[in-house]
Amino acid sequence: MVVLVALLGYHKPLRRHASFSFRVCLRLLGHVFPRFALSPSSCLSVLVPGGYTLNPSVMEITHVYAKLRSEFGRQCLFSDRPEEVMVDIHPEPSLASQFILKTRKDQGLQACRDMSEHQVNTERFESNSCGMNHVEGGWPKDINPKDVEQTIRFRKKVEKEENYINSLQHLGSVMEHCIKQNNAIDIYQQYFEEDEELEESSELPSAKTINILRDPNEVKRTITGLSWHPDGGRKLAAAYCNLGFQKNPKDMSLDSYIWEIENPSCPEMTLKPESPLVCLDYNPKDPHTLVGGSYSGQIAYWDTRRGSQPVEYSSLERSHRDPVYKIIWLQSKTGTEAFSASTDGQVLWWDVRKLSEPTERLVLDPGREGNLDRALGAISLEFEPTMPTKFMVGTEQGLVVSCNRKAKTAAEKIVCTYDGHHGPIYALQRNPFFPKNFLTVGDWTARIWSEDIKESSIMWTKYQMSYLMDACWSPVRPSVFFTVKMEGVLDIWDILFKQSDPTLSVKVSDKALYSLRVQDNGQLVACGSQNGEATLLEICSGLSTLQKNEKSLAAA
Amino acid sequence: MAEVEETLKRIQSQKGVQGIIIVNSEGIPVKSTLDNQSTVQYSALIHQLVMKARSTLRDIDPQNDLTFLRLRSKKNEIMIAPDKDYFLIVIQNPSA
Repeated sequence: MVVLVALLGYHKPLRRHASFSFRVCLRLLGHVFPRFALSPSSCLSVLVPGGYTLNPSVMEITHVYAKLRSEFGRQCLFSDRPEEVMVDIHPEPSLASQFILKTRKDQGLQACRDMSEHQVNTERFESNSCGMNHVEGGWPKDINPKDVEQTIRFRKKVEKEENYINSLQHLGSVMEHCIKQNNAIDIYQQYFEEDEELEESSELPSAKTINILRDPNEVKRTITGLSWHPDGGRKLAAAYCNLGFQKNPKDMSLDSYIWEIENPSCPEMTLKPESPLVCLDYNPKDPHTLVGGSYSGQIAYWDTRRGSQPVEYSSLERSHRDPVYKIIWLQSKTGTEAFSASTDGQVLWWDVRKLSEPTERLVLDPGREGNLDRALGAISLEFEPTMPTKFMVGTEQGLVVSCNRKAKTAAEKIVCTYDGHHGPIYALQRNPFFPKNFLTVGDWTARIWSEDIKESSIMWTKYQMSYLMDACWSPVRPSVFFTVKMEGVLDIWDILFKQSDPTLSVKVSDKALYSLRVQDNGQLVACGSQNGEATLLEICSGLSTLQKNEKSLAAA
Repeated sequence: MAEVEETLKRIQSQKGVQGIIIVNSEGIPVKSTLDNQSTVQYSALIHQLVMKARSTLRDIDPQNDLTFLRLRSKKNEIMIAPDKDYFLIVIQNPSA
């Protein structure tokens, strides 16, 4: 007999009914299984599936669950009663002293994903532009396009086709419609000429990196000199040299490059001197010629039309004995004069047509004796085209020496000195708008001087965190100048706006920046760094366009 | 044949028209009022342009097709009327 024992679903509220059915079951079962003495208090439920078959041969192992009905759980009897306070906890003021009141904060909530803005620089790719040569084609194979008769015959044949005639008539009418349209109204006419209103821009000053020109050689060298092409400034010449004393690795290349700023992947031209160039300058009168001063003290003259080798090189004996730190073209009738300065204490004048010997020599001796031993090493030069006889030299010792070229004796050549910096003066430039004022940069400050006041500078910046390496005035705005620092930061100063801090500080690179040049339109700035990268930055228009009363304000 | 000539003459007489070129579907200039070199240059370049324009439109919407193409430049306007087998190219200077 197969007996399956299972617990019947028990419904508590239907207790009475359940017990009734139980009794029914029990009675039923009582007939079948007379042996079982069942009482209502027991909770045995017995379920027999379907019919019951009597099969005494099979006896299965059964498992019987037994639980007293009373253990199931009493029926819940709910009753209503009024509320009563269980616990009442009052705030304790003494606890408040352990807490600090947080300042109220306005927080905007928005259910959207957090996003961050990143700038990605794509990998550099080399692009080459080449043209295509078009050859006349399309003629069917049997016709030679060069044979005029055949082509005429072909054309005549085509003209006779009916298709041709039909389609052409249709096209003709369409075309006529458009032609007449054109003649009737100029559909591209500008109706309102918008005037550009120059408003006071209240935007924050900014500078954006446009391009980075990298030294293509394996061994990276510092960019020590930069010069923009005088005609529009689409090209930049950069002098590469490793300035550390005898630090030149063996396979360091000696070349310096001229870059086209639109094409950063490879330099437009290479200049191959015999010794690395420390500085170079484009001739403002003739944009094809450049003059450069090299590490060995020699001067080299290039003509870009003639190739990468210098057209002429100055002789070693007559040149400087130390690297030439600065070379500038002079204003002269012939347009071929330049002068150079070096730490050996000399300022030499050259005529580029004859570089074997300098035309003139000046020894920077503060004692005015022409004594070479006591001479000061010169690091920077300044020459202003509007004042062709005067020039200034910045020295390693921190003095600015103002000189007059036309003086008769060597003693009178040195007019006066300005003492200001503690270290070498790396840059020296007159304000292009107010030539009486000039800017010097050396040690950790930048100073502005007025020519007439010899004791000290009229304005200086506070001591910066790192060495200032180069500076120049903006050619468009009289009150703006740029400086670069050893920590790779380019500072833009606006003396009308704020005198204590730079108006804008841009971190250009991780390496030290050594040189800086502003393009003539004032918007592009090139900075050269220690690892051979020239970064081109575009300055926002607020800093590069002339403001209305700036000139007069700056003069004050 | 005469209708064709008449059509072309009518177009040529319009104000500002500088030249007319008829090009077939392979890019061969069938008839032209300009000199040979310009004709060849125009037909080759414009043929490619029309092919490209047509395929562009077709790519965007396959049911669409090019009916007319106008190229306005600083100096003149080039109008191209394409057909199944031929194009008619007219160069006009509208301000003249």
